[in-house]
Amino acid sequence: MAKLLDKQRYKCALGSMQTVQAIERAIPILHSGPGCAQKLADGNGSSGYFSPNIFPCTSINEKDVVFGGVKKLHSTIENSLKVIDADLYVVLTGCIPEIVGDDSGEVVSEFADADKPVIYAPTAGFKGNNYKGHEQIIDAIIDQYLKKTDNKEKGLVNIWADVPYQDLYWLGNLRALENLIKEIGLTPNTIFGYERGIKNVDKIASAEFNLLVSPWVSVKNMKKMEKKLGIPYLHYNTLPIGAFETSKFLREVGKFAGVDEKKVEDVITEHEKYYYYLIERFADLFLENRVINKQFTVVADAQYALGITKFLTNDLGLVPAKQFVTDDTPKEYREAITEEFKKLNYGLEAEVSFETDGYKIHEEIKSHDYHGYPLVLGGYYDREVTEDLKGNFLNISWPVKDKIVLNDAIVGYEGGIRLIEDIYTVASQRFN
Amino acid sequence: MATNLNSSNVATRENRIGSITGYIGSLKDLASQSECGTLKGCSRCFSQSSSCLSMCALGQLSAIRDVAIIHHGPAGCSVAGAGTYYLDKVMAKKRGVTNDTVYVGTDMNENDTIFGSTEALRKIILEVNKRYSPKAIFVSSSCATGIIGEDIDSIVDEVKEEIDVPVIAVHCEGFKSRIWATGFDVSDHAVLSGIVKPPREGIKSNKINFKNFYESARPEIIEMFKEFDLEPTFLYCNSTVEELSHISEAVATTCICGTLGNYLGNVLEEKYGVPYVRSINQCGIVGFEAWLREIGKVTGRSEKIEKYIEEQRAIYLPKIEEVKKELKGLTAVLGMGPGYTFEVSRVLDELGIKVVWALAWHYDKKYENGDVPPSMKYLLDNNIDFEASVADQQNFEVMNILNKYKPDLYLSRHPGSTVWAIKNGTPSVYVADEYMIFGYKHTLEFAYTILDSIRNRSFEENLAKRTKLPYTDWWYKQNVGKFLVQDKT
Repeated sequence: MAKLLDKQRYKCALGSMQTVQAIERAIPILHSGPGCAQKLADGNGSSGYFSPNIFPCTSINEKDVVFGGVKKLHSTIENSLKVIDADLYVVLTGCIPEIVGDDSGEVVSEFADADKPVIYAPTAGFKGNNYKGHEQIIDAIIDQYLKKTDNKEKGLVNIWADVPYQDLYWLGNLRALENLIKEIGLTPNTIFGYERGIKNVDKIASAEFNLLVSPWVSVKNMKKMEKKLGIPYLHYNTLPIGAFETSKFLREVGKFAGVDEKKVEDVITEHEKYYYYLIERFADLFLENRVINKQFTVVADAQYALGITKFLTNDLGLVPAKQFVTDDTPKEYREAITEEFKKLNYGLEAEVSFETDGYKIHEEIKSHDYHGYPLVLGGYYDREVTEDLKGNFLNISWPVKDKIVLNDAIVGYEGGIRLIEDIYTVASQRFN
Repeated sequence: MATNLNSSNVATRENRIGSITGYIGSLKDLASQSECGTLKGCSRCFSQSSSCLSMCALGQLSAIRDVAIIHHGPAGCSVAGAGTYYLDKVMAKKRGVTNDTVYVGTDMNENDTIFGSTEALRKIILEVNKRYSPKAIFVSSSCATGIIGEDIDSIVDEVKEEIDVPVIAVHCEGFKSRIWATGFDVSDHAVLSGIVKPPREGIKSNKINFKNFYESARPEIIEMFKEFDLEPTFLYCNSTVEELSHISEAVATTCICGTLGNYLGNVLEEKYGVPYVRSINQCGIVGFEAWLREIGKVTGRSEKIEKYIEEQRAIYLPKIEEVKKELKGLTAVLGMGPGYTFEVSRVLDELGIKVVWALAWHYDKKYENGDVPPSMKYLLDNNIDFEASVADQQNFEVMNILNKYKPDLYLSRHPGSTVWAIKNGTPSVYVADEYMIFGYKHTLEFAYTILDSIRNRSFEENLAKRTKLPYTDWWYKQNVGKFLVQDKT
């Protein structure tokens, strides 16, 4: 049912054109109105090899609404193959063709023999948000492109995390996860970002297992791959940020993959030594400032709400106030995620609310007693309310207007350090 | 033109003023065919994405202070609310005012497309009113709500009885026009039909309506108009509903961009007798002076204006002549909305830069009063001609042209366009600020910006050397009009 979406923090399923965009040399072909791509684009790293304003689009008009747009879709795909130099063409349908009943899948199947692969994902805006659209794209790749193989590559692990572009640190985070996996002797395979592309998509089926690092996004994709391609998966629901969580993450992945325990412990020891070398030098600043208090709130998708809550609690010793998950998490995952928020050091439990109505979130933040200046990590919308409460604000979730991220990451040991730098950069600009 | 402010719908530019988005030829041919009524547009069998009229319509309305926009549709339609929130905050801060405008969506889902969601919409409108007490509420449709036939007009009529501020239906189905500028007309129509009141008796005003985008030159325009005893009311960025309700009392309406302002200007003239300043726009010397003189004529202030022109000429003309020496002989391609393309072409001509190809993102054959746009008329009267095309930001066509003509310079006014030119190694000037070429001072700055852009081409060269363009060699060998198909009607 339609609902009041006040201060919205996600896009529609067609927003997953950004998931396609994150696969190097893959291009979305939009069967939609003329302006959907522009609207769903962000100015955050979008002028790569392809940019949203050059995505081919059928630009549906009134006539197409009445008579159907399949002919236009056909000519758009046909000419995209001629005009655009890509490795993978992904047709995405918007609201209009799905309401008027264009058989887009049928049109796409006419290109089965094209020189380059053309696949199709139904991503009408009313089908869900861009987190679900992201899953649709991966499903399309599994169903229409990948083939099962018995030829497994030893130690090859596909890594999946949250939604590119929606997550401002997506690029750096994936690279950081790859590096961690590499350090314990496994071979990471991801499909998003620099020089991954179709060659890595082609490797997916040969992996020994899938590693999903997300509270819920792509769980369905993992199940599908397990069933269809025979790839088992490890679902690790907490994005590891900082030493405490990252060491835990490495141990669990190592155990699942059967990596020698000592090897994992050596990697952890080396990292923790350097991590605490840095922390020790700045511990005075963390303790002896007049700005940062103990209680914090994260307003973000499940990935960051959970990951950052664990980091700030288990690593930095802060105390969670209420946390807000804003990605419209499907009901079936909520209980497990809620439980995860209760697994914090010293028996601490964070209360979490799955809330898409920004007004209600702000009312709750305003009415909560933070016993001092609140620390809020959230979307740009949450800046003003935090400032009104004389709190400290960091823009870590969509929409992001306060920060430009080229390849920074907040995952892993170094990622935790980055996040600390950002939090205390905000704090250092104030004095109370 | 006969405007019906009783209907919430406004006809598209295609239907109202014969606008087109596909054409290739020359400026002279385009203009003469428009004049004699033979111009037919083309559509494309291959196109790249462009813009949605809802972004223009609701972008304009959401810049008004303390109103509510309710965008009834899936979450992707209302995603513009995020950008709006940011813009409203920073624009208000710049002015030293506050703006508590909200832009919300309704997150329509699949069930809603089957069973409808007017009842949910009704509740949402009432809740938004309760939460924020906005000064006006705009309720917009989307492609999805339009196709399933959601009757937002009836809902708006119903809730009007429970809400004591204007509640206005805005029709923003993205598929109804390929011309995003239709959205400007949609927003003007909403303001005119829902907010503007007839002039009050006995009010004598020296206010002039000034339709623009982001009022970056506001302080200097206020200063300038003071000399003519005129007070500008900038629309709609940071406007208040109260201000808007009285724009029918102004002595004239003018705008920074004909595409942006012509609907408002014409309707205010037709309904309330507020003269609409019709001239070439304020870009460049010729444009600025023609515009000022027209204001002088329309408002009876010619003498003061001539004096101002004389003073300013003495300051700026020698400086502009100086920089012109360095620009002479450069070649340029430009791509902008029609409200700028044919104006900036004129300025480039004034600066001694040769336009080799001009793209207009759309083209209005006639303005609301039936005339050919003044900027075109000027170019024709002065015997300026160049190759021209009409393409709704079709980047592959721009790249084909840049590749063939290899100009010294590319100028564009829309995001996501100049970056492709620089990847091609062509220095680019992004003419985003609508006041970038305004009057003497900014024309001088513009000339220097061009000069600086071509003097240091390091960034373009470094990038171009290391990037591969996404278009195939096949495409570069094709005629730019390869995918145009003549419209039947």
